[in-house]
Amino acid sequence: MSPEQTFETIPVETLLERVRTFREQGWRLVQIGATRLPDQLELTYSFDRENRLANLRLALLGDQPKVPSVSSIFWCAFLYENELHDLFNLQVSDLAIDFQGHFYKTAVKFPFGTTKPPVAKPTAAATFAAPQPTSAKA
Amino acid sequence: MAYFKMTRVALKWVVSKPVTTRYPFEPRVAIPGSRGLLEFAKETCVYCNVCAKKCPTGAIVVQRAQKRWTIDRLLCINCGYCVEACPKKSLALTTAHGAPSVTKDREHYGA
Amino acid sequence: MARTIIPFGPQHPVLPEPVHLDLVVEDERVLEARPSIGFVHRGLEKLVEKKDFIEFVYVAERICGICSFIHGQTYCQGIEAIMNIPVPPRALYLRTIWGELSRLHSHLLWLGLMADAMGFESLFMHSWRVREKVLNIIEATTGGRVIFGSCKLGGVRRDIAADAAGKMLADLETIERDIRDLTGIFLADRSIKDRLCGVGVLSREAAYDLGCVGPTLRASGVGQDLRQLGYAAFKDLEVRPVTRTEGDSFARCAVRCDELFQSIDLIRQALAKMPAGDIAVKVTGNPNGEYLARTEQPRGEVVYQIKANGTKNLQRLRVRTPTFANLPALVKVLQGCELADVPVLVLTIDPCISCTER
Repeated sequence: MSPEQTFETIPVETLLERVRTFREQGWRLVQIGATRLPDQLELTYSFDRENRLANLRLALLGDQPKVPSVSSIFWCAFLYENELHDLFNLQVSDLAIDFQGHFYKTAVKFPFGTTKPPVAKPTAAATFAAPQPTSAKA
Repeated sequence: MAYFKMTRVALKWVVSKPVTTRYPFEPRVAIPGSRGLLEFAKETCVYCNVCAKKCPTGAIVVQRAQKRWTIDRLLCINCGYCVEACPKKSLALTTAHGAPSVTKDREHYGA
Repeated sequence: MARTIIPFGPQHPVLPEPVHLDLVVEDERVLEARPSIGFVHRGLEKLVEKKDFIEFVYVAERICGICSFIHGQTYCQGIEAIMNIPVPPRALYLRTIWGELSRLHSHLLWLGLMADAMGFESLFMHSWRVREKVLNIIEATTGGRVIFGSCKLGGVRRDIAADAAGKMLADLETIERDIRDLTGIFLADRSIKDRLCGVGVLSREAAYDLGCVGPTLRASGVGQDLRQLGYAAFKDLEVRPVTRTEGDSFARCAVRCDELFQSIDLIRQALAKMPAGDIAVKVTGNPNGEYLARTEQPRGEVVYQIKANGTKNLQRLRVRTPTFANLPALVKVLQGCELADVPVLVLTIDPCISCTER
């Protein structure tokens, strides 16, 4: 048996309004997730009230998808939006706390950013070079 | 009194035997059913390669033509999937711990 | 007044896992805390592209060492909901029992760490001594102490025989007596109350707005417990959320202490009601669809968003762990606290950073 969940696709422009309605009706923000599909970036905003789950779906096109931040309505959203920026290269405007790309330390920037998984090129200068022998130039 | 609840417990444990096993002076009592070292019975193996396919880490590598079964002990996570999958019941998980090792060798069985 | 920035973590004796907080301190008062995570980021969500959906149960279990079983269970529940797999009732009961054992050992671990954060090392050792008994039960029934390896798609891998169940009940009697002693100390001892009462107060509205989950939310008076959703065998067992109203660190400690007894009671109920039958069904085919699976981990609500497109590899697996949801509460609660209270506050939300950063 699976509890009911609703998925609703909405356009980006109505996002803030819908989230504000959820807040006023007493829902809490559960998570904000993203899926990289071949032609778009799909965002899911999940809300919960009394153990019922409602999901809002957004489909964003383009290389650098933009979305307004909901952290003015739900302050806790800043964590999810920073994570999405770091992993998916999602541009979020008006973040309450903006880590500017330094939230996660990943070897490859925007690991989920492109449709093809990025191949990390070995860098010429290794970050953890072996200590130089003392006879070499100090 | 509020401070002395802990005192009672502390005094009780001053006079009781310690819970820890003084390993290696006392033997280690293994719990039966615990997942430990993988044991391979060479005699019944038919080199069908099912265990290698099921192994999630790639610890088991089977070379069918040369009739060789190898395992990298450091990659094995003792999950037991190979034990369930083997049609000839050649594999079993014992309760022993693996020996420590400083090299990443593979153990070979067979030719 | 000059402000200092004190870096807290990632190496700190009180932290079970590495997290970094930049504390902006004026005198002894913390004005602001800026979290910085990413030290144990292993990119497990990206691993779905390599491991097929059946093998991924192993990876899901290993996202975290403390809450490992329920991670695996949630993943299995998600895939089983997408594929409409009828899991046998005995398997559901077994999963519930192991889930509650997992909650027991996790809360005992947390009690120990909390005592350690306050400097009460002997109480820390006693909590973990009781936890060892729980781990022995788990090892006898599943084969592993922290990574159980017993959940799989379609059911469970091992059964609990009748005599093993009898032994488990006898062991639980001793454990319950020990826990009663232990929680008696935690809730009554003067030095613990001095450190915990009134520290880190979260009002009911603040806890709800900040998106807190689990004991952090329940200690502020919101009775939300996802076990009431009725997944696994919880539809046949009665779960009443354990709540407190004060919302301070002592209330969070008390909620976890009470949940220990609730878990033992649930295990006893489940063992009594467990039906006979198969423990697993065979799984064929590939999943196709989308589902958000939610369960109640010891730390709160975990959400697995699973999206599958009919191939062997899942298209997307997104894990939202409870500590990730409690982090904003941590940042809020650290504002205005004393510097010496920082370890207590960091531990009071029960941080499991390896979950947070999969």
